[in-house]
Amino acid sequence: MTLNRKSFLFAAALAASAQFGGFGFAFADTTLLNVSYDPTRELYKDYNAAFAEYWKGKTGEAVTIRTSHGGSGKQARAVIDGLDADVVTLALEGDIDAIAKNSGKIPADWRGRLPHNSSPYTSTIVFLVRKGNPKGIKDWADLVKGDVQIVTPNPKTSGGARWNYLAAWAWAHKQFGGDETKIKAYIADLYKRAPVLDSGARGALTTFAQRGIGDVLLAWENEAFLAGAEFGEDQFDIVVPPSSILAEPPVALVDGNVDAKGTREVAQAYLEYLYSDAGQQIAAKHFYRPSNPEVVPAEALQRLPKLDLVSIDDPIFGGWAKAQPYHFGDGGIFDQIYKPGSSN
Amino acid sequence: MALDIVREETVLGPARLSTAKRPFKRPTTEGPVAKAVLMTLALGFLGFFLVLPLAAVFIEAFRKGLGEFMLALGDPDTISAIKLTLTVAAIAVPLNLVFGVAAAWAIAKFEFKGKTFLITLIDLPFSVSPVISGLIYVLLFGANSMLGPWLKSHGIEVLFAVPGIVLATIFVTFPFVARELIPLMQDQGTGDEEAAISLGASGWQTFWYVTLPNIKWGLLYGVLLCNARAMGEFGAVSVVSGHIRGLTNTMPLQVEILYNEYNFVAAFAVSTLLAGLALVTLVLKSFLEYRYGDEIAGSAKH
Repeated sequence: MTLNRKSFLFAAALAASAQFGGFGFAFADTTLLNVSYDPTRELYKDYNAAFAEYWKGKTGEAVTIRTSHGGSGKQARAVIDGLDADVVTLALEGDIDAIAKNSGKIPADWRGRLPHNSSPYTSTIVFLVRKGNPKGIKDWADLVKGDVQIVTPNPKTSGGARWNYLAAWAWAHKQFGGDETKIKAYIADLYKRAPVLDSGARGALTTFAQRGIGDVLLAWENEAFLAGAEFGEDQFDIVVPPSSILAEPPVALVDGNVDAKGTREVAQAYLEYLYSDAGQQIAAKHFYRPSNPEVVPAEALQRLPKLDLVSIDDPIFGGWAKAQPYHFGDGGIFDQIYKPGSSN
Repeated sequence: MALDIVREETVLGPARLSTAKRPFKRPTTEGPVAKAVLMTLALGFLGFFLVLPLAAVFIEAFRKGLGEFMLALGDPDTISAIKLTLTVAAIAVPLNLVFGVAAAWAIAKFEFKGKTFLITLIDLPFSVSPVISGLIYVLLFGANSMLGPWLKSHGIEVLFAVPGIVLATIFVTFPFVARELIPLMQDQGTGDEEAAISLGASGWQTFWYVTLPNIKWGLLYGVLLCNARAMGEFGAVSVVSGHIRGLTNTMPLQVEILYNEYNFVAAFAVSTLLAGLALVTLVLKSFLEYRYGDEIAGSAKH
């Protein structure tokens, strides 16, 4: 009996000791938390290292920057629920507005506090097609020709998908001279050609690239380039349509958190450094369009060709506050034109 | 071997009933075709749903060689995820061991009002979706809750920090130990304990020398299951983690991140660690059963 209890205790101790691999997290002098959205992972990995070096050189203070990535809306929700973000760098203005409104940690006029509507870099929506562009897709009109199948995430859940939708809408608005019946018919046709609506941009890319579904992926420009780098340059071509949407992912200081933590100065510098020459060059390197292109070497800009970009603040949309409920709210236009399963 | 014995025992039964002209057929066994089909089905099912995915995980992890595999595991964020997972399990499992034994002891050895209600409560984490389990803690400790801001003003972070992850893990793994012990202890009854007490043993002595030896195998099994789930939990932890890299990502969350970053080798390398932990758990359990098999059978009959 004694022997058995001993061996039992030994087994229990063994199991426990296997788990205590050692504690201890390394904390630097100052730690910043940047809460961001999905496709910026590679960008901020580079940028954080550059900023830490710059800050060390300027003040002698070591700063560790931690990042958290996820769907933009989900990340905003986490900050509202108490995630201790010093800065937020999200996909949509509306998500930062939500933090401002629901937590009061960001003032309502945050957009005017940094240059270019608080968007240090912009992006747009382009087409990713199979190598050689077998379906000959060059413009938005080509998306609804023949048996072309498109891949795009669900605008109800994905920020990127809303930009896809609005880019298509902007083109159709110009094409049909603002005739809403025709625009809606075009958008409805477009979504009938989507065999699956993934919940996020990364999922849609996986559907297109790995599962081989569809002829064209409506994608963030930087994600389209990333697909080439990750899955092989010989697999896809990027088609930049003559016109698209100007996506302005905004950044903001979370005043309520930086004041509590005493990190206002370094957090503010972190955001301002995005607008510096170095920050702009890093953004361009990761295929974001710099808001101040003059400071970026020409060869980096060559990869980002010029095209007609329509802003969300254009009268055809009237800003996010108006476009969001009109197009994507319950019973909005997307609900009216898209019936799940209607693609079959 | 076992089948042969059964045949011997049943040979009398059907012989008496065979009035029909059909050839004699043993009712307790199947024809060779049916046997083959059933076994193929069972093995195929097992292979398709268990062996194949497990093999795929290992193949993907080593696709680019051992060097890449080790490099992937050496990433600082991954190392911190492994440490965090082990830390969380090291806190959650012992606590659940204590809770589980106490709950099972109370339920199996005593009669009191609201006992069924208590059993239902213990089962709650099984029936609630893990996402809800996480959201409970967001509601309790979030910035808009009663407790969260007060704790924060006293310098205690719960949500989006290690304590929140530990709490969510404890909640999700709560039933494992208790559920394993309750039927065993109910089966064993209170006879041994009554004898011990009537011989003058104190409460602790009774527990330590009588109850614990009786339940130790069930307890160990419960702890192993609890540990496996504590390390593998995704849903609840995902809600309360905040996904801060190198700080609040556990191994399952790290797998998702790596996968979404197209870092397939690293994602599957971390997966092999999780799968490896599960395998170690099973091997440990099988070994103990093999080594102490007689005793386990003995204690179950108690």
